[in-house]
Order: sequence, then C-alpha cells, then structure tokens
Amino acid sequence: MKLSQSRVTEQGHVPLARFVIDWIQFLNEHGEWTQPRPDFATDEWLRDMYKHMVMTRVFDQKAIALQRTGQMGTYPSSLGQEAFATAIGIALQNEDVFVPYYRDHGTLLMRGYDMSDILAYWGGDERGSTTGPKQDLPLCVPIATQITHAAGAAAALKIKAQDNLVITTIGDGGTSKGDFFESLNVAGAWQLPLIVVVNNNQYAISVPREIQCGAKTLAQKAIGAGIHGVQVDGNDPMALYQALLEARQRIQQHKGATLIEAVTYRLGDHTTADDATRYRSNDEVKEAWLKDPVKRLQSLLASLNLWDEQREQDWQKQCAKSVDAAVKRYLAREPQQPAAMFDYLYEQWPEVMNEQLDLLIDKIDRMSSSH
Amino acid sequence: MAEAIQDTHELVDTVLLEAVNLAIHWEMQHDENVVVLGEDVGSNGGVFRATDGLKQKFGFKRVMDTPLAEALIGGLAVGMSTQGLRPIAEIQFSGFIFPALEHLMCHAARMRNRTRGRLSCPMVLRAPYGGGIHAPEHHSESIEALMAHIPGLRVVIPSSPARAYGLLLAAIRDPDPVIFLEPKRVYRSSKQSYENNGEALPLDSCFTLRQGKDITLVSWGASIAETLQAADALAEHGIDAEVIDVASIKPLDMQTILISVARTGRCVIVHEAAKSFAVGAEIAAQVSEKCFLNLQAPVQRVAGFDTHMPYFQNEHYYMPNVQDILAAVDKSMKEE
Ligand SMILES: Cc1ncc(C[n+]2csc(CCOP(=O)(O)OP(=O)(O)O)c2C)c(N)n1
Repeated sequence: MKLSQSRVTEQGHVPLARFVIDWIQFLNEHGEWTQPRPDFATDEWLRDMYKHMVMTRVFDQKAIALQRTGQMGTYPSSLGQEAFATAIGIALQNEDVFVPYYRDHGTLLMRGYDMSDILAYWGGDERGSTTGPKQDLPLCVPIATQITHAAGAAAALKIKAQDNLVITTIGDGGTSKGDFFESLNVAGAWQLPLIVVVNNNQYAISVPREIQCGAKTLAQKAIGAGIHGVQVDGNDPMALYQALLEARQRIQQHKGATLIEAVTYRLGDHTTADDATRYRSNDEVKEAWLKDPVKRLQSLLASLNLWDEQREQDWQKQCAKSVDAAVKRYLAREPQQPAAMFDYLYEQWPEVMNEQLDLLIDKIDRMSSSH
Repeated sequence: MAEAIQDTHELVDTVLLEAVNLAIHWEMQHDENVVVLGEDVGSNGGVFRATDGLKQKFGFKRVMDTPLAEALIGGLAVGMSTQGLRPIAEIQFSGFIFPALEHLMCHAARMRNRTRGRLSCPMVLRAPYGGGIHAPEHHSESIEALMAHIPGLRVVIPSSPARAYGLLLAAIRDPDPVIFLEPKRVYRSSKQSYENNGEALPLDSCFTLRQGKDITLVSWGASIAETLQAADALAEHGIDAEVIDVASIKPLDMQTILISVARTGRCVIVHEAAKSFAVGAEIAAQVSEKCFLNLQAPVQRVAGFDTHMPYFQNEHYYMPNVQDILAAVDKSMKEE
C-alpha cells in the first residue's frame, strides 16, 4: 500500500490519499518462478516446508476418517490450506504469541502441539486444549473474537516493552465482524505489534467471498485502520512467508501492524458437518485443485532436483507412522472423569460448590447402577 | 404471490425442524412483509436446513444471506422491523447470539416503550440451542435465562413439531420482538402430525401435556422428552404425574403451573441450563411465594451443573436424564 498526495482529478476533486494493494507471489500454479528466488528459500527450507505441508495433509485426512467412523466429532479440514498453515508455522518465533482460529492445526503441529491432543479437542475432550506454548491462546470457535484478544495481547507486549509480537488468524467470513474492524482500528491507533493473517479460502460455510463484502480485496480493510495491508498468494508458502517477514520488520522499525490477506481455496467441506456440493460446482472445485499448494511445491522441488518418487514414498510413510501413533494415543486415553467438568472452573475451589459436586457424584452412581 | 403449494391445509407429519420450515413458508406466502435473514440461510438453507427452499421460492430480496456478523443481523432486524417488515433472523447457534443481544436488549426490547408506541420491533430472532448433539465448544449451552431476564422480550421454546409450527407462527405475527430458541437435540427426533393450516398457538401460556394428580413436572424444550418418559415410568409405579411444557419462558404463565401445583402439592422442575439463577429458580420462587401452603414437599430442580457445558464426551453427565427426574420425584414423594 502506498499513500501519496496528488493533483486535482478530472472531476475537480483533490485527493488526500490514494492506495495500492500489493500482491506477492513467487511461484505460480505450475510450480514456476514468477520472480527471483528469495534468499530465505534455501533448498533445505523448501524441503522443510514441503514436508510440513504433507504432514498436515496426512493428519487432516486421518482426522476426517476418524470423524466419519464415529471416533471423533465435527472437524474443520485444512485441505488446500497447507501453505497457509506452514508459512505461519515457520514465521512464528518461539517467544511470539500465536492466537489461532479453529482451522489452524497445521500451524499448531509446528508450534509443538501433540497431534493426539488436537484429536482429543475435536473428539470432545477438554484435555485436548492443554498443550502448546504457554503464551499462545487456545483455538477459537466464536468467529473473530480472537482478533480482539490478539490486539489485547499485542497491547500487553507493547506496555511491557517486550520485543516479541503477536500473529493471529481469521477466515474471510470473520473479516465481516465488528471485532475484526475494531481490532485493526486499535492496532493502528496504538501502533500495536500485531500481524493479522486472513485465510481467504473463498467461503464462509456457504457464503462466497463476494457477498461477504463489496471491497475488491480484504487486505484494503487495513487502510481505514491506518495499518499496512497486503494480499499474497496463500497457496505459495514463500509469498506468505515474505509478507510475514516484512510485517515483522515493520513492527521492529516501529511502523506498526500489518493485515495480510492470503488467497487460498477450501478444497473440502467447511467441516465434516457440511456438504459443499449444495452451494458450489464441481467445476469450480476441479479448477481450484489445479492450484493445490502441495502439488505446486512438489513440482518446484522436483524441478530443482530436491525431491523424487522415493523421497515422496518415504516421507508419506513417515507421516502415516506419526499420525497413526497419535491416533493410537488418542484412542487409548482413559476417558476423562465426569467430575473433570468442575476442575479448573475456579482456581480457588469455592466451598459452596461442594453441593453441586455431590449432585454429580449422585448422578454418576445413578448412571452406573442403571447399566 | 408464489404458487401456494404449501397452502393446502393438508395434514402433515413432520419433525420439529420441518415444522419450523413450514411455518416460515406459510407466513412468507401470506405476508409479503415477512423476510428471512442470517448466515447461510439462502443457498444452503441454513446449516440445519430450517430455511431450505425459501430462497428458491421467494428470492434473495426476501431471503438474505448476510455477511458473517451477528451484531449486524440483530441490528438489521431492528431497523427492518421499524419500517414495516417482519424479519425472521437466524443466529446459526445460540452460542453466537451475544453480539446480537446488544441490539435486542438496548433497542428491540424497548423500542415500543421508548417511543411511547410510535415504533415497535415485530421481529423474531431464531436460534438452535442446547446440548446433546456432540457439537464442538460453544454450540451446546442453554442460555434462555439470560434472555428471559430482559424486559420487553418474549422468549419462546417449542418442544414438539406441532408446537414449533404454531408457536413460530405466533412469534412472527407478534407485534413485539421474540427470541425463538429451537431445541436442536430434538430437531429430527420424532415426527408428529398436525394440520398445515397457518393456525398459531398462543404465546405467554404453558401447555399441559399430561394430566395427573400426584406431582407436577415442569419443563421445556428438549428436556420435555425425558420428562414425559419419567412420567410414563412413574405411571407404572402408580404415580400420576402432570407434565407442563412451559413453552413461553417469558412472559411466564405461572397461573397454569400454580393451579397444577396447588392440586398436586408437589413440583419438580427440569431444565438443561446450569442450575443457579436459571428459569427453574424463578418458577420455584414463585411457587413458594404463591402456593407455599399447598406444598407437601420442597420444590425440586433437576438441572445442569454450574459448570461450563463440558466438551461432548461428558455432556451426557451434564444434561438431566430420566433417572435424575425419577430421583427428584422420589425425594419429593418421600416428604410428607
Ligand atoms: C460468531 C459466530 N457465528 C457463527 C459461527 C458458526 N460458524 C462457524 S465457522 C463459520 C464460517 C466461517 O467462515 P470464515 O470466517 O470464512 O472461515 P473458514 O471457516 O472459511 O476458514 C460460521 C458461520 C461461529 N462459529 N461463530
């Protein structure tokens, strides 16, 4: 985005500001460079990105299979959004604060979450929310509320004069909420160390991006808030990573917060409870598969002689092994005790709650004797 | 006006979810001011399919997919209803209603009062609520008491297909704002036959589902299913339970409940919401205020715990079941 003073327009108006939204892409859908290879994208880095993306996909497939076989609850797939997850995962430094939304398992895996915990969360077990870096916030289901928490966390870092920063994520639908506007607004007003990354996967359940909002890009929502906005190809992990690097630099140079719109596509259903064939055509989905981020990076790696069939098979096997082991751990868990619903309700147990706990104990007795 | 395929006064046999659809359909057909708005209500027909087919039939001017913004949905409905429309706004799950509540509390609920009758908000805010469908976090809470606490609102909860049909028609025609909470656990659980004839059921009144002389069981929404099962089980033991479906949580028809309790002398209230400060507490308080001398035993409440609704692996420990109700009845019957 560039702001510039300029001369009188044809209509005789004097523009006070104009804006431009930049688009970043390194790799097109055929896996070919669209601009010179960036310095950070070493052979090792590229291979690493690819491996994380495949791991995310294998995990995702397994999670869906678990739901379909009644071993897990409703699950939001990240199929087609692996580059998004992985670029954020790589860009996050240990001491940063990550404030995710519910579709971010790929990033969580890179953030050190135990895979079996992620399964537990979607399997309806509170213990799934226990891992991860201690400063990170848990998954967020109510849309857009996380952005306000991220702004708060960023304000805290600023007040405490820490030099880490906050990265948060949201879907395209979520950008319609007041919480989103309000957070960007305060990020601009207070110059917060905040990076907001929009996963524009084109749909909010059935509602397509075009009827969510009339603006040409979602990135331009930054302009009104006085922060930087940029749009990137979200299926190109280098593009998103580059934008994240620049955003970090802007914060370090006291130039304020950034909104990054990553353009992706949700290849699967919204969640396992959704049926996307009701609102979009097969042709559209077929077309989107041509931009598959995993295939794209694989083509690049192959053209650079960094990847081949053998490596692919080995890595697929490795991924399946890790995922299967996690599934075993998830399924082998002793069920959580019913009284766990009282744990962590308050740090100081209010004695007056004992009566309620007794009611539950009676109930457990009743339920076990009726079997 | 669109062709009246639904307008045949035919006997239908549907689940609760379809009853919601039929009621909206009927009213849209008979009142062109009725519009539907919300997230995914159009092409997708709502995530539960409550608005299925409406967009195809009535077009996008009357069935509007809104941006993902609940405060907007609440506020739009307020504005529309002041200008002669009768919006039926859907909040996808009641757990996401909070941003809309500001508009309900601060504006819809007091528009008539504040403008001394010049403006009003004849709108319905529909939302599926309650647990028991293995949903993720924030999808299963029962928050009817929060809404019932707001003056000027109606809060309505149907428990069967026929009552969903009749009460929703009443809600749409009501000149004031109504929050219509749909117990999603029983959305598809059983069919009931009723006439699709556009006849509304009364708001602000309870329904006595079963008459009995020994004890009064009071409940609403999905818990009615367990309450009726408990009444059947009690009958086998020679206990004759009266079952009352509250249906309109606010304004609350205490008369029906009091008359019943005065006769039976005993009262058990069953609800899914957390126990403290809930609608059950209000009913219990009024029973003790107004028919204390008829009571043969303290009023019992069977309810959820004062905890968060647990993630779904343990939700069945949270929600009232038939044995809980029988245990409470037992306690009540033992007292003399
Ligand atoms: C406040 C709120 N409203 C509604 C929902 C139900 N819901 C869950 S996901 C979703 C769509 C979100 O779309 P988007 O923000 O584009 O993210 P995506 O899921 O596509 O990644 C909706 C409406 C919710 N979780 N929270």
